[in-house]
Amino acid sequence: MKLFEFEAKDILRNYGIAAPRGRVASSPDEVETVAREIGKPVVLKSQVLVSGRGKAGGILFADDPDEARKVASRLIGSTIKGASVGSLLVEEKLDICRQFYASVTIDRQARRYIVLLSTSGGVDIEEIAQATPEKILREWVDPEQGFSQRSAEGMLHRLGEIEEADIGRLAAVAANLYQAALDYDAELVELNPAVKTATGEFMAADARMIIDDNALFRHPEFEGRKSYRAEDTPREAEARRDGLSYVELDGDIGIIGNGAGLVMATMDLVHHFGGRPANFLDIGGGARTELIKKGLLLVMAKPEVRAVLVNILGGITRCDVVAEGLVEGLAESAVRKPIAVRLMGTNEAEGMAILRRAGLNIYPDMETAAREVLKL
Amino acid sequence: MRSIVDGQSRVIVQGITGNEGRFHAEAMLRFGTKVVAGVTPGKGGQEVYGVPVYNTVAEAVAQDGANTSIVLVPARFAAGAVNEAIEAGLRTVVVITELIPQRDTIGFISRAEKKGTIIVGPNTPGIINVPERTKVGIMPSHVFKPGCVGIASRSGTLAYEIAWHITDAGLGQSTCVGIGGDPVVGLDFIKLLDMFREDEQTKGVVLVGEVGGKAEELAAQYIIETKYPKPVVAYIAGRSAPPEKRMGHAGAIVMGNVGTAQSKVEALEAAGVPVADKPSDIARLLRI
Repeated sequence: MKLFEFEAKDILRNYGIAAPRGRVASSPDEVETVAREIGKPVVLKSQVLVSGRGKAGGILFADDPDEARKVASRLIGSTIKGASVGSLLVEEKLDICRQFYASVTIDRQARRYIVLLSTSGGVDIEEIAQATPEKILREWVDPEQGFSQRSAEGMLHRLGEIEEADIGRLAAVAANLYQAALDYDAELVELNPAVKTATGEFMAADARMIIDDNALFRHPEFEGRKSYRAEDTPREAEARRDGLSYVELDGDIGIIGNGAGLVMATMDLVHHFGGRPANFLDIGGGARTELIKKGLLLVMAKPEVRAVLVNILGGITRCDVVAEGLVEGLAESAVRKPIAVRLMGTNEAEGMAILRRAGLNIYPDMETAAREVLKL
Repeated sequence: MRSIVDGQSRVIVQGITGNEGRFHAEAMLRFGTKVVAGVTPGKGGQEVYGVPVYNTVAEAVAQDGANTSIVLVPARFAAGAVNEAIEAGLRTVVVITELIPQRDTIGFISRAEKKGTIIVGPNTPGIINVPERTKVGIMPSHVFKPGCVGIASRSGTLAYEIAWHITDAGLGQSTCVGIGGDPVVGLDFIKLLDMFREDEQTKGVVLVGEVGGKAEELAAQYIIETKYPKPVVAYIAGRSAPPEKRMGHAGAIVMGNVGTAQSKVEALEAAGVPVADKPSDIARLLRI
């Protein structure tokens, strides 16, 4: 789950990582008030969960409260890279002396947390890695040893282009960042840039944080957002509430299956035969009638969907239960769209009999089904 | 495959008294697996399908010589169960549980490495050694047939689909291993390729990959560097998946330019590994 910049900064403040003075505001009036409180030129930052919002015009400056109000009325309600802007983070404009990059993330291949530090802050880390790889420091953390300020100081000494006095300050930021990542089960905590201001303070000019969805049970503070994500489309949000794994795509063939890999392979086959999938929907293992019914209704309700392909390989999932769910879903659906089904595995014969009685199109294997659904 | 699971494996089911634990304990017993004990804290002294239940893994090791575990406990208790199995000195721990927080997984994999325990998963369907009739997993046995093809897969049902095609082609399987759909997993393609090379029952290997991460690219590099002696064929799921979206599996996500299907296909083909366009093409591409 992605957090908004203002949420990430609020969390990091509790870990001793400073952020510029300011707060979030959701109307031009409120923005003006905050700008007045700050009493200096401000930056207005769109709170959206897409990267590259600065280049897309989502970050603007204002010299006084009046200008802040005008800029805010343009930004609020606008769309930045497909995401609608509901609120702005209003912060004092910083006098920046030097920019750094700091992040903690999970290295899948190394099976460890990795800390990345760089003196090239403010640009995309992938660009830094391309242009000046020698300016990125990496340290993989042994979970039993942890990552201390001393570990961070060791890293920064290797870089050798930071003043001694600054090393301690930046190292403290990095160690605190690691602790925040662990405590919040973050997949990513990133300060880009972390800055040293003209007055010598170190702070997070920008902050990103992604929480591991699997760990949300340990973080009841996000409870209210569990079923709603700002990055979800309305239909994805509905699916999440129902406990379905659904991703919206831009084609016209609805896809339903059990198991992420099998559903992806089904999408790929449709694509291979010249069709375009409208969605990814994994009903998971051992799904019950009710869930399958909901899944079918969700997929069919999308106006762009022309036909639906259902591909089930039953192990712990029972084909008869799937068939019942499909038939019930069809009976309840306001719209009728053709369905192609492939069922194999546990209770296959019973499932096929149910589908035949309901007059559904049944195919012996997934390839035939993927090819034929395009003709329905 | 001797190095992970074979006919000598003495298996315990952690979480045997739960619904899933019972169901799969019975299915494993029916297939022929030596399920010697079950472990559920607080339920010691019971029996499930004639299998004794203990409170701790250590008791199961002392009483019944267990050396392998299958973990079927809910996500929030999984790390505790896995750590207990590692401490008890088990050789292989198969973690079926999905939705385990990655911080927990990183922790138990690190401990396992220090203790020499092999972790399979999490979020895996497990392992099936077909010729030796030993299943430490939740896969449907009927799609498998004893044979010479080793399968290593990031996905469950897709592995069954592919196993069925291989069975249908008259080849059959030696061992099929699900490496798990999570971003962080223990046993990976490289370690499995290493094991399949030494396994006499395996004449060829099928890698079933998907979008996200770099596991397939690293496997390709390993195949080149070691001049891998057995034929390998791959299939990559998610060629039509959009970027920055998790496709069901926590690990199946393209981030920036990392994890695309194209990058995986190119890396594998450069290593001389044919990549099948469709699951049904795999058996034909295996030159064994």
